[in-house]
Amino acid sequence: MIKFFLMVNKQGQTRLSRYYEHVEINKRTMLEAEVVKTCLSRSKDQCSFIEYKDFKLVYRQYAALFIVVGINETENEMAVYELIHNFVEVLDKYFSRVIMFNLDRVHIILDEMVLNGCIVETNRNRILAPLLVLDKVAES
Amino acid sequence: MKECMVRLIYCEMLGYESSFGYIHAIKLAQQGNLLEKRVGYLAVSLFLHENHELLLLLVNTVVKDLQSTNLVEVCMALTIVSQIFPREMIPAVLPLIEDKLQHSKEIIRRKAVQALYKFYVIAPNQVQHIHDKFRKALCDRDAGVMAASLHIYLQMIKENSSGYKDLTGCFVSILKQVVGGKLPIDFNYHSVPAPWLQIQLLRILGLLGKDDPRTSELMYDVLDESLRRAELNHNITYAILFECVQTIYTIYPKSELLEKAAKCIGKFVLSPKINLKYLGLKALTYVIQQDPNLALQHQMTIIECLDHPDPIIKRETLELLYRITNGQNVIVIVQKMLDYLKESREEYTIIKLVGKIAELAEKYAPDNEWFIQTMNAVFSVGGDVMHPDIPNNFLRLLAEGFDDGKEDNQLRIYAVQSYVALLGEEDALYPQKFLQVMSWVLGEYSSLVTDVDPEVILTKLHSLLKRTFVTSETKAWIMAAVTKLASRTSCSKTIDKVIQEFSNSLDTCMRQYAFELKHLCEDKTLMKNLLPFDASCNDMVVDASLSFLDGFVAEGLGRGAAPYKPHHQRQEEKLSREKALNFEPYGLSFVSSVSSSGVTGRQSPTGLSFGSDTSGNSAETGHKETNTLKLEGVRKLWGKEGCWIPGVSGTLSEQSRPNNCYVCVSGGSLLVGQVSDPPALRSDQVASLSEEDKEKQQLASTLFIGLGSNAGVSLMGKADTATQKFKRKSKINETRDGEEASDFQNTAASDFGPLLDTVPTNLEDCEGSIHTRLRKVSLCSSDTVEDNLAFETPQSLKKSGLDDRLSDSGLSRSSLFADSNIEIFQPSPSAQCERASKTPLVPSLPEELEKLTHSEVVELCQSDALALYLCKVWTDDSLLLTVFVSNKTTSALNAVNLMFEEAEPFQILESPTYQFPVIEAQSMEHCQKCVWMDKVCTQGILFGSVNYQSEMETRLEFSITLSLVDFIRPMEMTTEDFGKLWLSLSNDVKQNIKMSSSQDSLSAALNTLHQKLKLSIVDIIGNEGILACQLLPSVPCLLHCRTHSGMLALWFRSPCSALPDGLLYQCQKVMEESS
Repeated sequence: MIKFFLMVNKQGQTRLSRYYEHVEINKRTMLEAEVVKTCLSRSKDQCSFIEYKDFKLVYRQYAALFIVVGINETENEMAVYELIHNFVEVLDKYFSRVIMFNLDRVHIILDEMVLNGCIVETNRNRILAPLLVLDKVAES
Repeated sequence: MKECMVRLIYCEMLGYESSFGYIHAIKLAQQGNLLEKRVGYLAVSLFLHENHELLLLLVNTVVKDLQSTNLVEVCMALTIVSQIFPREMIPAVLPLIEDKLQHSKEIIRRKAVQALYKFYVIAPNQVQHIHDKFRKALCDRDAGVMAASLHIYLQMIKENSSGYKDLTGCFVSILKQVVGGKLPIDFNYHSVPAPWLQIQLLRILGLLGKDDPRTSELMYDVLDESLRRAELNHNITYAILFECVQTIYTIYPKSELLEKAAKCIGKFVLSPKINLKYLGLKALTYVIQQDPNLALQHQMTIIECLDHPDPIIKRETLELLYRITNGQNVIVIVQKMLDYLKESREEYTIIKLVGKIAELAEKYAPDNEWFIQTMNAVFSVGGDVMHPDIPNNFLRLLAEGFDDGKEDNQLRIYAVQSYVALLGEEDALYPQKFLQVMSWVLGEYSSLVTDVDPEVILTKLHSLLKRTFVTSETKAWIMAAVTKLASRTSCSKTIDKVIQEFSNSLDTCMRQYAFELKHLCEDKTLMKNLLPFDASCNDMVVDASLSFLDGFVAEGLGRGAAPYKPHHQRQEEKLSREKALNFEPYGLSFVSSVSSSGVTGRQSPTGLSFGSDTSGNSAETGHKETNTLKLEGVRKLWGKEGCWIPGVSGTLSEQSRPNNCYVCVSGGSLLVGQVSDPPALRSDQVASLSEEDKEKQQLASTLFIGLGSNAGVSLMGKADTATQKFKRKSKINETRDGEEASDFQNTAASDFGPLLDTVPTNLEDCEGSIHTRLRKVSLCSSDTVEDNLAFETPQSLKKSGLDDRLSDSGLSRSSLFADSNIEIFQPSPSAQCERASKTPLVPSLPEELEKLTHSEVVELCQSDALALYLCKVWTDDSLLLTVFVSNKTTSALNAVNLMFEEAEPFQILESPTYQFPVIEAQSMEHCQKCVWMDKVCTQGILFGSVNYQSEMETRLEFSITLSLVDFIRPMEMTTEDFGKLWLSLSNDVKQNIKMSSSQDSLSAALNTLHQKLKLSIVDIIGNEGILACQLLPSVPCLLHCRTHSGMLALWFRSPCSALPDGLLYQCQKVMEESS
């Protein structure tokens, strides 16, 4: 099970957050701050999986951006690690190399991929299909 | 508006509460154009949680969008439903979503399945009826829809794997196709076909094949193929491989596959990539208990990982070592853990690790000194964050001791000495918990130590009392210690000083202690009586009835005081005095009873609505009550008299008394034969190694000692666990000690070179350590000793021990068995025709149980030697599972152990195990277990196993499916009581169900419920009826039924929230079946 999905930059600012279990708002900021701190403290040659409290963090760094996913015991760390990359590839395809920060669109993409903490779709074309339709409608 | 909403999302994400905008998100979803709608839904899913009240406002929009002709809108609605939806509104959208399962577009079908998954997770009962539609989704022509349905199946199989074994073939063939690349090319990720789908399928297979050779058989091929195909060098293939390995080790083992999986783990562990190494360690940890050999193969890598710069790798390695700890390597492993503990800062890690160290220390401590030192380290590092059980267990261990008084005292003396030394250190700061432990031990046992002057200890405690960092709770502990010490010394200056100082302390607690101490010091004999030495675990006799106050009470009453009334009585009286309006729907005309009804004046909305709903009828109810009441005759079976002959229940508890004797008679000799050389260390290797490597080798040999002996035959593993259990449970056993010692010598002698220098110390400690290791001692009753006696000479003594017990309880057990034997040879005719051909033995219930309602006898499992049968007996106060064990061989079987796994939702009264001392050839024995349901669920599985020793130790597993109905009993009550109870219950569930033509009258329908579900009918008036039942032991559930236009409206109320849901489902099922 995936517990949360975070995108954070090196300065520790949250760029996107999605929780699959309800967390109070003030607890979220605290959690995010701690998570960023743990991720930043790790060097490149250290393991990308961190045990943190009663769950695990899987993180990946893209330039100045960290993507951190919180998972529980039952999830396969490596599969999540690659899911992050899949997500980034989808973003890459949609935003054609420039991630203009469209918060709503990134959320829509993420919602197609992960629902209720389960990985539901990983096929790039299918992930983007609903969003592309929306864009087409908006244009016309 | 859309822009604003995105900004609002942004604000919320940065941690600023923006609840003012929530309503606008809902509005946007309702009114906006397509893109705005999507953003509105998105905002809702981000802002609101499952139980948010605003969510109800969204339902209408969702329903509208689900019916829309625009596919994009339908998609959005389905997405939001599968993200967040109020549980109670599911019926509003369920039919619409079911329709969508037939939609022509793949995406709609897929999203509908996802929505159903959500419903299954939050309210499984509501989607019970569409399980066949899930199957259809699984066979959908589109891979995406099929993949979506796997989430539901994974969930369902997790809860009950036995119900879905028939789908194994289906999952296997899907996986085969996926692995074979039959999916469209766009499902590939870095040219690996649908990797996440593969992982999902592997997980499902793992769950299905667990402990099931027949099902596992089906999946060996495809697992082999998955392993083979996943050879590409990419992260995602490693993820698949990891899942594969886990599945292979979870299902019933097959040696070829295990070999391949082991090779795979090897590749992971040895990989220079750190993430892979982590996965490798995790896999190793998972498989280590089944295959300790693997740890030996990789011992050098593990040692390297132990010193890895990355703390995460270190921690995972420690987890691995924790699993392989035994009596011989415990010192090294615990040392490594303590080292790690000292470096870590995070509270959560500390709590977890400290718990593990304490557990290992208790279980395997080789000697007193080490144990106390380790616990000291645990207390000083774990401090106040650790689990409170740790100090409690430690103190109990010291107090209860083992059997050898000398050994106990040595441990206590050592503890006292070490604490005196610790307190002697200047300026040392200890955590509060540690100080509490110290003061308790010093108070209780310091008099054991003769070379330390009590005055010295008192001075130390006194100085602690004055320190500021000591909390008042700890001070109370210290004060108690001082008081205890005072009772053992004649007169002491320090005590006088303490009394003087604290008699005028500002802390009232301390002042009281000081006064108590003062008064006690004045009366030394009283003090000695009050504080006897080493009596901390003697039971105190307390007069719970407070009879010594009777005189005082009588005097008070004599002086005219009002008699005491319990709280609830006072409450009731108060309420009845305040009565103004009566809202009570039932029993309106019972004027005499109104005064005690206690619900008058209650104006809660539920009470009112109920009143208005039925008021017309209820007025009638009251008047008709005396002449037209149709009390359906409830069968006397459930009545109090029909149930237990007192003698029988006595016998029962006698039979199911915990039996601590684990059979490991041949353990010692087995060990001797099976110690095998660990493969990794060769003398020639050692020679060529550098100094540093040698060090590592040394470490390895100390770490992995003891695993070698485990690595022999798989049978060995079992024998070993048996001895472990024995160690923990039994109290004394001289013979066992002898075996233990020889066990040590054997392993030690056959172990490899570098170890030899550690052997002597081990042996020396050996004698002393055995008792220390008999730690987790459960307080022993006379039986246990008897069992142990029996153990020494299993054949002869056991019988006499048994006889003793029988004569103790004054019951002739043999006569009881004679009864059952007679019945065995006179089987009931119905059972005979079914089974006579299969087995010579036919189980039947003993007479006294035969009278009660019971199920048919069914076969649970069988092997060459044994067959197990089960009969459920529904007694008044529990579900009685009667298990028959028949011995099919021609020789008697000794010590057959029956064991139930205690797991939710069931609770087994008394002990979950039962031992048949002997089952004669070609005969049958039986035992009974009472079961309750702790957590309400419609159906659950109780797992169990039976162990017996024929040529080798064999274990047979079985499972029993128990339904909620098994635990439902009728509840007899009057209409009046019903009314009262109804209003006091809060959880209610309402549902309309269709009545078929065969049961169109209310009484027919109620009769069905009465017969099938054992609900007792309280009253029927016109088109309304009330029923009552209880979930064992005593959770009531009330049901109000009403017929209108072919529908039966059911309304449940119960103090337990899950019970109405569960019962509703059962009612639906029963009504459907009977129509």
